[in-house]
Amino acid sequence: MNRRILWGVAFSAAATLIHAENLPADNTLSNALKEISELKLRTDALEKQVREQSATAPAAPVISSGRAYMNAGFDVLLNAGWSTTPDVSSIQPGDHDPSQRGFSIRNAELSLDGAVDPFFKAFANIVFKTAPDESTALELEEAYAQSTALPGDFQLKAGRYFTEFGRQNNQHPHAWDFVDQPLVLNRMFGSDGLRQNGARLSWLAPTPFYAEALLGVYNGQGGDAFSFRNLGDADTNGVTRLYGHATTARDLRGLGDLLYVPRLTSAFDLTDEQTLMLGASAALGPNDTGPHARTQVYGLDAFWKWKPANAGDGWPFVKVQTEVLWRNFDAAADPGAGLPEEHLRDWGLYSQVLWGFVRGWVAGLRGDYVTGNSGASTEGNTPHDEAERISPNVTYYFSEFAKLRLQYNYTHFAVSSDEQAVWAQLEFMIGAHAAHKF
Amino acid sequence: MKSLKTFLLILLSVAAVPAMAKLNVVATTADFGALAQAIGGDLVNVTVLAKPTEDPHFVDAKPSYMVKLNRADVLIEGGAELEIGWLPPLLDGARNAKIAAGQPGHVAVSDGLALLEVPAELDRSKGDLHAKGNPHFMIAPSNARHAAQKIAESFSAIDPAQATTYQQNLTHWLQQLDTKLTAWKQKLAPFAGQQVAAFHKSWPYFAHCFDLKIEIFLEPKPGIPPSPAHLAEVIETMKREHVKAIIMEPFQNRRTAAAVAAATGAQIVECAQFPGGLKGTAGDYLALLDKIVDALVAALAAK
Repeated sequence: MNRRILWGVAFSAAATLIHAENLPADNTLSNALKEISELKLRTDALEKQVREQSATAPAAPVISSGRAYMNAGFDVLLNAGWSTTPDVSSIQPGDHDPSQRGFSIRNAELSLDGAVDPFFKAFANIVFKTAPDESTALELEEAYAQSTALPGDFQLKAGRYFTEFGRQNNQHPHAWDFVDQPLVLNRMFGSDGLRQNGARLSWLAPTPFYAEALLGVYNGQGGDAFSFRNLGDADTNGVTRLYGHATTARDLRGLGDLLYVPRLTSAFDLTDEQTLMLGASAALGPNDTGPHARTQVYGLDAFWKWKPANAGDGWPFVKVQTEVLWRNFDAAADPGAGLPEEHLRDWGLYSQVLWGFVRGWVAGLRGDYVTGNSGASTEGNTPHDEAERISPNVTYYFSEFAKLRLQYNYTHFAVSSDEQAVWAQLEFMIGAHAAHKF
Repeated sequence: MKSLKTFLLILLSVAAVPAMAKLNVVATTADFGALAQAIGGDLVNVTVLAKPTEDPHFVDAKPSYMVKLNRADVLIEGGAELEIGWLPPLLDGARNAKIAAGQPGHVAVSDGLALLEVPAELDRSKGDLHAKGNPHFMIAPSNARHAAQKIAESFSAIDPAQATTYQQNLTHWLQQLDTKLTAWKQKLAPFAGQQVAAFHKSWPYFAHCFDLKIEIFLEPKPGIPPSPAHLAEVIETMKREHVKAIIMEPFQNRRTAAAVAAATGAQIVECAQFPGGLKGTAGDYLALLDKIVDALVAALAAK
């Protein structure tokens, strides 16, 4: 088949040549022969080219979007650094934050996505993370399907995923602007953020500007729903406690025992170059300190970005992001521990500014604040000291697929002593690079 | 209760009339937008997402774009991964079945085009390659012809009552394009085979069409910022080959281009891939090419 095409090409090439060169009348046989041999050389070269192309062209690997049923990407965050305290998790409680002096890999993430059928798309994130003894833990971080063809501007998402509470909670570590999570997110949702099995329905409002309403329903169980049906840690007697109150594992008794996460979000293009996005979220569900104990977490988030009309490679830009969260945790009376019914009410916030000042370079500054113990015991639990933290950083992007970040953290605690840390983080990614949401 | 119903009915009909009357067309970039407007005329409302002056690889997936896509009857995109960094999450959020891939309302312009520079193997050590080939195909008139035909096809399928108008507009626009193309080719003919430098590999289709060689790039590899060592090499090559023009786009680093121009005596030629990227070209593909051709001719004709 190829050969026939080639001869066709050769023939027409010959015809063109003869035509174009307007052969002189006194052309001898040797000239013609010479021309034929040149043509033969060209045909051979063409043939070789076609052969090479057909040998390499069908190499459609999984990473090539649009040519395979599934995109695959693998992204690694390698941390290196030092902190004044050897107990790094006391100053950076996030599960994917740098976790020890020296080197750590807390997020090596295999990301898969593709269309399931005309009705669903699916996404999965499988995370490998190393412990201090260099053993590897495996985590099905996310695995969910998202509808593509639901009528009425609705969209259904179902599976396991970081819930859409606020702005940062459902971002993956490689999309964070700092090496670690804001303290307030860990305080309210535990070391991994609010991540659950469940489903959510969202609705895009028919407004001229962007406005979306979401309602998620989840189990609200375990450490990834920290303030909800979470047993907490066991004390020396083997009694599990959360904020000092003994906890009892229990199954769902009704729909009221599920965790509900409503969210409203909206965005406005202030100018052609500036966009403001606002959101309000809540997480409402029971906790394990008593049969009727419940928790409410509320959050407000704002994000503003400026990028000029002639931005190249995405630079320059300025973005500002802030989130405030409040919590009301009703802790049932615990006669065994001599604790009355208590209401833990705390809050926290973070604000960050990122300035992409010159192509490839981004300077950042973040401030964190979380309140201390207010209204409930903290015994045997996650550190619950009032804390302020300031984190400047600078990031260099080698390309879209690799970056190097240097960050300094200074944490001031009301009770414990102040701590400092310096972290370098190298990100490298192979395979498909999922597009970033705004 | 009854008055409320009447009110709602009136509201609905008021809202529905203009929506029925015009096709809502969303184009990812301004080149597709200009063609859509030329073919759709008064029958379409065209919205362009990426600004004509910004780097089309790195557009923010603004939520307002999601809303525009949600209300679209037609989406026109390149389909060759130029928009891969920002269009997919917008489409996910837009939840609009009319513009889903494979629907008549989804025009992937590169479908059916033979793209240049299709990588034989995907290897990012060679820079940010696009698996389907170089996606900057619209800056060649032959590809614009293909795009216009695809757009007219889509409009006619969705709005068959007006198919004749779309076809007439298409024919008219293609005639204009052909006339212009002859003129552009004549203007550039004296410089056939000449080498021109550019910042990024956005110009192979243009070079191919007008028989120029645009094979010197200030970027060492696609998407990788120029390094001093690479620029030194570029300057030497440009001097050796007596290169007279450096193509620069609005979002590219002018200082780098100016330094190379100063070192080589070449001129910076302000170009843009998208109508509106140069002054006086907004919404007009032909005007954009007019400007580019004239600017290039001026630079190449300079002594």
